[in-house]
Amino acid sequence: MIAEFGLAALWLAAALALLQLGLAIGGLKGGRPELQAAIRPVAVVQGALTAMAFIALITLFMRSDMSVLLVATNSHSMKPWLYKFAGTWGNHEGSMLLWVTVMGVAGAAVALFERALRRDTHMATLGAQAAISLGFYAFLLFSSNPFARIDPPAPDGQGLNPLLQDPGLAFHPPTLYFGYVGLSVAFSFAVGALLTRQVDAAFARAMRPWVLGAWVLLTLGITAGSYWAYYELGWGGWWFWDPVENASLMPWLAATALLHSATVLATRDALRAWTVMLAVVAFSMSMVGTFLVRSGILTSVHAFAVDPERGSFILALLGIYIGGALALFGWRVGTVREGAPFELVSRETMLVINNLLLSVILGLVLIGTLYPLMTEAFGHKVSVGPPYFDRIAGPIALALMIAMAVGPMIRWRRDNASAVARRSMAPALVGLSVLAVVAVTSWGRIGILPFLGLVIALTVAVASIAPLWGRKPLRTPLFTWGMVIAHLGCAVSLGGMAADSAFTVEKLVAARPGETIETAGWRLRFDKILPVAGDNWTALQADMRVSRGGGAPVAIHPQSRFFTSPPTTTTEAALLTRWDGQLYVVLGQEADAGRWQMRIWWKPFVTCIWLGGTMIALGGLLALIGRERRGWTLKWRARRATAA
Amino acid sequence: MDAEMARAQGDSGMRKLFIWLPLALFAVFFGLFASGLLKPDDRVITSKLVGKPLPAFELPAAASDRPGLASGQLATGQPRLLNIFASWCVPCAAEAPQLMALKREGVAIDAIAIRDARPDVDAFLARWGNPYARIGLDARSSVQIALGSSGVPETFVIDGQGRIAYQHIGDIRADDVPMILKRLEEAR
Repeated sequence: MIAEFGLAALWLAAALALLQLGLAIGGLKGGRPELQAAIRPVAVVQGALTAMAFIALITLFMRSDMSVLLVATNSHSMKPWLYKFAGTWGNHEGSMLLWVTVMGVAGAAVALFERALRRDTHMATLGAQAAISLGFYAFLLFSSNPFARIDPPAPDGQGLNPLLQDPGLAFHPPTLYFGYVGLSVAFSFAVGALLTRQVDAAFARAMRPWVLGAWVLLTLGITAGSYWAYYELGWGGWWFWDPVENASLMPWLAATALLHSATVLATRDALRAWTVMLAVVAFSMSMVGTFLVRSGILTSVHAFAVDPERGSFILALLGIYIGGALALFGWRVGTVREGAPFELVSRETMLVINNLLLSVILGLVLIGTLYPLMTEAFGHKVSVGPPYFDRIAGPIALALMIAMAVGPMIRWRRDNASAVARRSMAPALVGLSVLAVVAVTSWGRIGILPFLGLVIALTVAVASIAPLWGRKPLRTPLFTWGMVIAHLGCAVSLGGMAADSAFTVEKLVAARPGETIETAGWRLRFDKILPVAGDNWTALQADMRVSRGGGAPVAIHPQSRFFTSPPTTTTEAALLTRWDGQLYVVLGQEADAGRWQMRIWWKPFVTCIWLGGTMIALGGLLALIGRERRGWTLKWRARRATAA
Repeated sequence: MDAEMARAQGDSGMRKLFIWLPLALFAVFFGLFASGLLKPDDRVITSKLVGKPLPAFELPAAASDRPGLASGQLATGQPRLLNIFASWCVPCAAEAPQLMALKREGVAIDAIAIRDARPDVDAFLARWGNPYARIGLDARSSVQIALGSSGVPETFVIDGQGRIAYQHIGDIRADDVPMILKRLEEAR
């Protein structure tokens, strides 16, 4: 019954999307902006229906209803409730339902809360959002129905991939999806503004909060995903340049560029065509990423159940939406009036540099990700690995960081080069002294990229708080605080990455219980190995006590887990976090009689990577609140003025 | 931005080009995706090195529990496989079960790890299995280039005299295994 209810809600939502599109076309073509009043409730109800369908699927998973095919193939009645819940989106159909739910809910939010856009652009935006949703409804209903039944019902489910049985999975994909698919709003705004020829500063101001919101969630999702891969995969790495990771990184790069160019457009009315282009590219990257991951065209550790037929379906959607938006861009952008000019030494120029560098990184990551596909077109499939990405993207990212340090110190429109030099004196001095210290202490022992990374991270950290100098903290606008914290977060994250690759100490040992291992100032006493059992797994666990510098010993328990359904082994690394780094211990297999393989890392300041990511998201959130609050305050003042 | 720049130059021809460039680029990618989806999996190509002796090399050990690899050790009188892989390469992990299956069939397999580090190789082998007798570390891809291999993974069939009998580009899939076994038989 619940499955049929969910399916009905989905069909109804699709019908409403069609109605929404029709109303928008009618309103725009017939020149009847009053139809906007009808579109709003349609969009809201459509969003509510998708949410209901999604809740129906969650209910089916929570109840372990084995008469539903999706539940039977991806869940198991013995699973802890949290993983039944999270299992809803740990598969192809469920995550596509989450996709249309986010699109529907985001469309409803635009219908309810967006008041700054002109009425006809607002209508066109909702029409565009409905048009994209329709394609994904069709995909879900015709080729990936999550509510399909099986007869007779399965006796029990086949289980969820044990790697995915982790509390992180409950929160990481939905956050990522809200950001990833939330960018569809920026796409629809761009299409709407191109249709009504309203690409201007007001459009950028209206679009910016939506982009910021999606970007904050995307940043959090990527940060969480990176940490999840770090502790769950047990390889000690935090980024693998896997196609799925790249699929989330590429929209983030485009959205970051969009955020900055939208600021130029909102503040100075420049970069009009480019901003619209980026708004189209950001969500296009989300769609391309989804295609790459689900068509099975690239091999990935994240592989979903792949199916070429589904691949063709998504490819057709890509062709229609991306091709359509780019054609509209080519056709209409000529009518976009020229933006305001600016001088060479100006904030605008720095933001243009930011955009160019981000775009170059985006292009290189895209090429690297598609490399197997490109070489296959010439007869053989070859993949490039982290060496390519690190070497190509690393130096450009460092250049980007330098631009980020200088940019906020330059004024809008026009500035004086010598004044800029004066203002950047302090950070430059810090940079030079760090350069000297690091060069003297560790020259030749660390690679050139980590070396530059450390120097640039500390320089940028100082430079990023420069905009606060000479200001009273409480009187500084919240969005300036947001920028400062986000930029500082970039520096912190870069510092963590550089420290991790420069100073990590790794040790591989085969130890007997009772032995003590020493590495990087730590003493690890290996007491015993014992079997332990969980809800749906059994494990071998090493009991260890670790201490450093004569401190009190702390117990840690790395495990090697065996899951029964499906039968798989995973490593549960033991992590011990200290202010200056993390101790990371992985229990391997039994080497020979009584000796156990263990891999021990001491990773100085590695946690800064994710701390920085969280700061970036927090900065975005503060900027969002700051901008919105300013809007409310202005509105409130205007209302009071008219009342008086 | 490009369009803006073109506009600043007042060059309408350039501007038109920039305006339509994104669509043109997308069309190229679309074609690439479509060909990737629709093309039948025909990945057999013949290398120029087939029939030639292996280039001389001597590589240090890439893993903790396997010796390094020199070209002379491949001419044993019996055909062997030489697998080019890397711990950072995802298709390499995908072909690991096939290599394990070949090993169970009694095939001797040596390997060269490209641009890799010993701890990473150890972790990779611990995770995906270790079908190799010897593993050489090619830290700068020099041997890989000498072999005429352009990427990872690739697998060479080496005959008893140390000559390359066959080059397989890309990962070995389950349905490639009988073909590889046949090539090994032919190289005998």
